[in-house]
Amino acid sequence: MYRYDSYDQSIVDARVEEFRDQVQRRLTGALTEDQFKPLRLMNGLYLQLHAYMLRVAIPYGTLSGKQMRKLGEIAAKYDKGYGHFTTRQNLQYNWIKLADAPDILAELATVEMHAIQTSGNCIRNISSDQYAGVSADEVADPRPWAELLRQWSSFHPEFTYLPRKFKICVIAGDDDRAAMKLHDIGLKLVERDGKIGAEVYAGGGMGRTPMVAPLINDFMPEDEIISYLEACLRVYNRYGRRDNKYKARIKILVHEIGVEEYKRQVEEEFAHMRTLGLNPPVEELDRIRAFFAPPAYDTGLSEDIDRADPAFALWVDRQVAAHKVPGYAIVNISLKPLTGIPGDASAEQIELVATLAEQYSLDELRVTHAQNLVLPHVKKADLYAIWQKLEEAGLAEANLDLITDIIACPGLDYCALANARSIPLAQKIAQRFAAAERQAELGELKVKISGCINACGHHHAGHIGILGVDRRGVENFQLSLGGSGAEDTSLGQITGPGFSEDGVVDAIEKVTDLYLAERESGERFLDTYRRLGMKPFKEAIYG
Amino acid sequence: MKILTGNDLVSGDVIWWAGDGWSRQVGDSADVGERGDDLARTEEAALRVVGAYVIDATVSDDGVRPAHIKDRIRALGPTVRPDLMLKPNDADAGNWVI
Repeated sequence: MYRYDSYDQSIVDARVEEFRDQVQRRLTGALTEDQFKPLRLMNGLYLQLHAYMLRVAIPYGTLSGKQMRKLGEIAAKYDKGYGHFTTRQNLQYNWIKLADAPDILAELATVEMHAIQTSGNCIRNISSDQYAGVSADEVADPRPWAELLRQWSSFHPEFTYLPRKFKICVIAGDDDRAAMKLHDIGLKLVERDGKIGAEVYAGGGMGRTPMVAPLINDFMPEDEIISYLEACLRVYNRYGRRDNKYKARIKILVHEIGVEEYKRQVEEEFAHMRTLGLNPPVEELDRIRAFFAPPAYDTGLSEDIDRADPAFALWVDRQVAAHKVPGYAIVNISLKPLTGIPGDASAEQIELVATLAEQYSLDELRVTHAQNLVLPHVKKADLYAIWQKLEEAGLAEANLDLITDIIACPGLDYCALANARSIPLAQKIAQRFAAAERQAELGELKVKISGCINACGHHHAGHIGILGVDRRGVENFQLSLGGSGAEDTSLGQITGPGFSEDGVVDAIEKVTDLYLAERESGERFLDTYRRLGMKPFKEAIYG
Repeated sequence: MKILTGNDLVSGDVIWWAGDGWSRQVGDSADVGERGDDLARTEEAALRVVGAYVIDATVSDDGVRPAHIKDRIRALGPTVRPDLMLKPNDADAGNWVI
């Protein structure tokens, strides 16, 4: 894992003290709320429905045990004993007191964490693949590039006041577990003639105008990626709309001027950038890369897993993924208990996962955009012991990528922007489809729920997506089918008129029944939908 | 009736104007009539509230009820965490929101 150098640490420490002073000035009235709001947002502090909310950055979703433990300690000490893992691989605390915020940031700084780049119209926290470094199909570990981008983008003077927020994702394999093409810029590391470079996608995103990012460069050599991104951002910063926040994202610019024109302008800017010598020295990427060198894996380990306990065997089949090193496995920890809140974890659960990471996963864990956790380096021989501990803590649900592994934004239960509640709906769906046999029969089926058009719950990318809307003060839910955030990225299509909360659960049952009746061998729900199209599903729902 | 709500500047707690100060219970809300915006400005300047705004509400035997579901959830707390709601012992509290 990356470790702060003295520059990183001093920057973060200075930021904490600066914010402490700003909070003090707000509490004494020296700053008005209008003056203070942009300052607190630059430190991840929002004012939400019930209280202040602090969004903590987890760069590319990677944490050490010590960092995770600190997140649990903060949840217990300053919040109401829990935190919420988000679709941006971050963590949110829902009940923060303004006066405590500087102390929390100071505590985070002791473990090389902060809340910078979690709000505002800047380049946000970089996201990546939760299997980075342990997946056999990647051409390189994407995290050194993600870390380089973090360093490049943090406090970048030119890109601190962009037309709108800007999200970048880096992956390095054909399997996309990070919704790469639904970011403002997506990078997919590829190998060509023995050299690493990146496919660059620009202009993707969800929100009220969802778009899949088009490819704008099929191979940008690794030592020029920063300059090329600088060119992409410069063109956006220059021409992105600032008159209308709903049309200010880069996707609108790329769409309005066209991909070819945007590419042309980027190339022109890039040609200029190349003359400036702004690429970071290769030695810097090498320095960062050294932090992500493969850990000291044991050799000669057994591949055997004792599957005598049927509940354990079920969990292994669903939650454990292949690791690139013999004898090791990747453990996915579900944060989707059937009656729980998607993405929520108690301080005790956070503490437990920190301990498991330290004891069994070479002191490392990951957060996924699907609001689950990952232990990336687990010996197969340790799986049963881990499962037992997860089981005791209510963290052993075996539902990865099944219909109950639902992404849900905080919705109207917590969020000031929301129009409808997402979490109770997620719970109703999970309870309707709770039977393990039924979930297994349905297979991979990604349900994603957003409580408003901002799409934090990624509903556009759900095999089944649900959008909550406000219909004259009453919650109403639009259903969409056919979305995907994976390598086969697509945007869901709305089925028709919306539903009540119970009505949408019934509608989901109708579409899944149709899928079971019509599927061909080996087809997932998404495959059957794509083969049949919307018509029969619509007929099943509306008659 | 019109009532005034916002968040306590320091704690962030949802608060309701009770006529002579702020309360954490929506049931204590006072009708602010046309004075809401002026009150909001005065109270924000006094550092007692942040993000204050006026909403419509009704009053009945069950007490004061904000007109919009968003404000009813603000008044009650997250409906998915009964332990954190302002009526933790009321099994029917969630229905008040709908």
